[in-house]
Amino acid sequence: MSMFDIFKVSGSAVSAQSQRLNVVASNLANADTVAGPDGQPYKARQVVFQTLMAATPGASDSAAGVRVSQISEDQTPGRKVHDPKHPQADGDGYVTYSNVNTIEEMVNMISASRSYQNNIEVMNTAKTLLLKTLQMGQQ
Amino acid sequence: MLNRLTDTLAFHGQALALRSERQQLLASNIANADTPGYVARDMNFAQALQQVTGSTSAGRALTTSQSGHIGSAASGSTAKLVYATPSQTNLDRNTVDMDRERANFADNSVRYEATLRFINGNVRALLSAITGQ
Repeated sequence: MSMFDIFKVSGSAVSAQSQRLNVVASNLANADTVAGPDGQPYKARQVVFQTLMAATPGASDSAAGVRVSQISEDQTPGRKVHDPKHPQADGDGYVTYSNVNTIEEMVNMISASRSYQNNIEVMNTAKTLLLKTLQMGQQ
Repeated sequence: MLNRLTDTLAFHGQALALRSERQQLLASNIANADTPGYVARDMNFAQALQQVTGSTSAGRALTTSQSGHIGSAASGSTAKLVYATPSQTNLDRNTVDMDRERANFADNSVRYEATLRFINGNVRALLSAITGQ
């Protein structure tokens, strides 16, 4: 019954999108953190999506879910601000902040939440159709 | 005699199986809207139904050798899958057009429900013919 696979497909997409949302939240929370004791500031993280084909034999190949294949770190150097009074300032008086781009993260967040909603709606529609299929032939 | 009665029912059964498969295909497209390199797929429904039933008319259904057989609508259907042409290209080579997929999804669910109603109507007609009231 291929309609039941929709829950697997959309479920995997919802979980992937929520992981993306999680990463965005982590990036936004660390947008203003400075370099720690090791001298390394927080690096922005991004999820990488990958299509997940049905692994079970016999299942039709029209079901293609999503999974997060890796979480990559943005390697661009962090933002440097001249502030000699700051306790974390280096010898030249510069403080290294994280390389998070807040605007990009906000856009990413909106995109993730829209995709999340879309997949939830797909699941709702599939559920309605399956319930109606269950009532087939009844008066 | 009973064969003729159930022929229409079998046809709609095939159509329903194909509709559910297309629904799954569209759900996969929507799920992969943000996957880099994913190519959106769709199904030529009229062609697929012709392939499965072997005819364009609603009167004929798939031949089955035994009464308990159900036509194989879901299996071996990979030949019917086509790649949707991209309307707006993406930098990550993803060809899912969310507007089109959502529209197709809504369209397909309405048609699925319509097929369900046809089946229910058929069953009702058969029942009233059997009870003879």
